[in-house]
Formats: sequence, C-alpha cells, structure tokens
Amino acid sequence: MELTAEEREILAGKLGEATRRALEYQVEVGRFWRAKRMVPVTNVHLMGDIEVMGDGGLEFLREEVRLGARCRVDATTNARCIDFAHCDRLGQDPAEVAKEREIIQCMRRMDVVTTDTCINYQTGYQPHLGEHVAWGDTGTVIYANSVFGARSNFEAGPAALAAALTGRTPEYGFHLDENRRGSFAVRLEASLDDLADWGAVGKLVGESHQNYFAVPVFHGYRRTPTADELKHLGAALASYGSMAMFHFAGVTPEAPSEASHLQEKVTIGEREIRSVYSSYSLGDGDARLVVFSGPQQSLLEMRRVAQLFDGRKVKKGSSCFVTTNGAVLAQSRALGYAKVLEDAGVTILEGVCFYILQNLSSLRRAHHWTNMVSNSAKIVNIIGAHRFNTILRRTADCVEIACSGELR
Amino acid sequence: MSIVRVQQAYGAIVEGEALISEEGFSPRYDLDRWSGIITKPGHKLEGMSIVDKVCFFPTAKGGIAAGWAFYDIKWKKIAPKAFIFGVTNPVMVQGAVFAGIPITAGWTPHPGEVFRSGDWVRVDPARKLIEAIGRT
Repeated sequence: MELTAEEREILAGKLGEATRRALEYQVEVGRFWRAKRMVPVTNVHLMGDIEVMGDGGLEFLREEVRLGARCRVDATTNARCIDFAHCDRLGQDPAEVAKEREIIQCMRRMDVVTTDTCINYQTGYQPHLGEHVAWGDTGTVIYANSVFGARSNFEAGPAALAAALTGRTPEYGFHLDENRRGSFAVRLEASLDDLADWGAVGKLVGESHQNYFAVPVFHGYRRTPTADELKHLGAALASYGSMAMFHFAGVTPEAPSEASHLQEKVTIGEREIRSVYSSYSLGDGDARLVVFSGPQQSLLEMRRVAQLFDGRKVKKGSSCFVTTNGAVLAQSRALGYAKVLEDAGVTILEGVCFYILQNLSSLRRAHHWTNMVSNSAKIVNIIGAHRFNTILRRTADCVEIACSGELR
Repeated sequence: MSIVRVQQAYGAIVEGEALISEEGFSPRYDLDRWSGIITKPGHKLEGMSIVDKVCFFPTAKGGIAAGWAFYDIKWKKIAPKAFIFGVTNPVMVQGAVFAGIPITAGWTPHPGEVFRSGDWVRVDPARKLIEAIGRT
C-alpha cells in the first residue's frame, strides 16, 4: 500500500500506541483487499455492546482506554444490547449489565458519542454525495451508499473503531467507482404498500444473490418510495444478501437512468410478494411475541404503530416490543405516541435492537416463546441463532396478531 | 494432488479438519457463540461444531457482528482454525484479521470437488493454497 508521510509517522508511533496498532490493523485488512491507499473519512458509526463483544472485546476496549485512545473524527455508537430501564424485568444478567455500563464509559473516554442507534442516518448524521465514511451496522452502510451516495464498506466494530482513531480507512470496495455500478436489474411491479413488503423485496433479491459486491438496480416502480421504505429494503438486502448498495431509478443519486444494459433481469410482482408471506411456517401456532425492531423505529413508524394500537390492548399472555433510539423516543413521548403504545401494553425499549438483546435465548426459554412475528424482514432473518421460528407479516397484521394472540 | 488455490489470503499456516458447507455463514445468524455449534434451524450444518475446524463456506451472510464475534470466540477458545470463503465480505476479513484467524477468499476448483468434510487439510495463506494431507 502507498502510505502518506503522516501515515508512516502514525505507524512509527507518533500518535501513540492505540493509533499505531489501529493503522497497522487497517493496513493488513487493506492488503487483503488489495487497497492501494488509505482514504480519509469524516464520520464513523460503530457497533460495540457486550452481547457481541464478549469479555475479550471488553478487555480490548479497556486496553484502548489505558493506551489513551481518542477519536480523530466524529464517531457514534450503534444499538446496544441492554436498556437499563428494562433489564431487570427482562431478566438480563446483572454481571453483563455492569459490563455494558463499562463499555459505554470506555467509549465515552475515547470521545465516542454514545447515540445507541442503528438509524443514525435518520436521526444523527446524513453524509453527502461522495463523502467517505466508515459505518456499521449493515443497514446504515447500505443506506449511506445507496440513498445518500456516500461511500462506506461494512465496517465491523474493531474496524470502525480503528477508523475513528486514525481518521481513515483502506480504499477498497464501495469507496471505489468501479464497485458502485449496478450489476443486475430488478423490475418492481408489485404495489408494495407496507414496510414489510419492502423487506420482502429485499429478502427475494438478497437471498438469491448473496454477494457483497452485487448491486441491484430497481426500476419500474410507479411512485416515490419513502425513507422508511428504503430503510426496510436496504436492511433486508444487507441482511439476506450481504449487500452494501442498491440503485433505485429516479430516486437514488447514482442510479443509472435506465436498466436495459444489464443482462440479468428479475421481476417482482404481487405473486412473488405473496409467496414470501406464505413461505413462513406457523410452527406450533403460538403467537405470543410480536416485535417492531431491526432497524429501530423512526418517528413516523412510531406514529403509525401507535395509530394501529390506539384504544386496543396486547392480548393477555402475549408480548409486544418496539425498539427505538433516545431521540425518537423523546419526541414520541412529547407527541403522545409512546403513551398510546404503553397504554396498549406495548413495551418500548430504548437504545437497543431486539435481536441483540443480552440473554435473548434465555428470555425466549423463560417465556416459552417459539414464534416471533415481525414486520421487519431483517429481524425475521437475523434472529435465527436464538432458535425462534420467525414469521414476516404486514404492519397492521402484526398489530392484529399482538391483540388477538392468533396467527393468520 | 488435492489442492485448492485461493485468490486472497491472510494469516499463518494452519492445519485442521475440513468442514465443508453448502450454505453461507454468519456468526450472529447461525452460530451459538458459547458452544461453537451452528444452531440456526435449517442451516445445512445445523448441529455441527466449527471449533478447531477449517471451515469452508461459499458465501458470507449479514452482518457487522463478525468483527467482534470472531475475537470473542477466539477468546473463548472455540474458534475455527481458518475460514475459507468462496465469496466473502469485508466484515469477515476485518474480524478474522482482528482475531488472528487465517482467512481466504475465492477458490479454484470448488473445494467440494477436492475435499470432503473430515479430511485433514493445510491452509497456506502465503502460497494461497489449501492442500489435503490425510483423513481423520
């Protein structure tokens, strides 16, 4: 790799050991991808919670703090695994709760802004066309690349932290023009009236094209998609297909004006969307867990779910969870959405995402949950290792299921 | 000679028992990170352990979590010897490099044509090849 004089100085230890070893690690990753150089980044978003980091990761963070690690660019945190207001009631492990608090302290000492959100692109920072950033989780990256036209690879926690310390990242993947072109065309003929339908599109396209470097070009859609619709599409593409970018003709800034030059063509109509919903096994018929999470809910999603729950009650013996970030929750409280949800018996969790909750497998066993119903195609996919049988349903259907306890 | 050549590689030479999957992999979606056993219902390797194996996966699934998760399973001493991917993504590589687990991407021929699960194989990242050296 071609390194600048400043980068060579960092490797010689000029900015301290934490930054030196961060850059050394980044250069090793860059070599794997045959990166020619490092590229400066303006913003970092990083995942770091005890559920995913474990004791090893926590020990690494403690060492970073001891070494005096400090962010050189703005860095924010992704959703974490514990909502401290709810952890006792959820039966989360007190020792792990204490470690989560320590992680947050370590992050703050390194000057990381602990926003605890996976929708930073809706409430925190919106990069502009061509801006290089280093983001994770995957839903944030695909949104940044596709909708904003910013440039990021999937940056895992340690990689994003390294980028925050050095202010740069290896130049490969979606930092380069040649990887950002569309690779196949998807004609959208379905009307896609619910957020879950957009996730279903992401599942259909992602599952059949699992490849980080595949870039679908959506075209033929007859109205303007909303930010939340593109969020669910992107989150599902990233989850099922490990994809980091899509184009949407007439919508996203780098989309080609038409898709006829692409050889591979896929069409998604009503039949394909219906096939997604009918593909889920209803398992043992238990319908006592409904989740609106993965990604966290935007303010407008909170309003919609509140409207659907208004005056209704979650069925006795059932549980319904909504997760969002602190900013959205504060506004939802001010606007009365949170009260409507809580009056209906919905639990709102702040700063977390349901599938990364610490102790989730134990929580599942303690409540004898077998099925999880959600309007998020991403969470339906991602929660599998905790041995839930998962079922994707449209938003209004999810509310019906929560209130009736009956699967449909 | 049973050899698979790879395009990209990181890490030290390692030997171990091959575990060949027809399905992609994510440590967050598929793996119980306390036992090293693949627990996602319906995964083609459901019930199998990746501990100390040379794991062959055609694709990487998901997720940012691999970065910390690989370090975590290495810390818990339940990591595989190496990850051999057909197509991978940056997170797998960032995670493996951070944890010091050898990783490769791009293969010729398909390992299923050359090895079977249970074969003892050597991964040589510097020479960009994997060779069978016996059966367990």
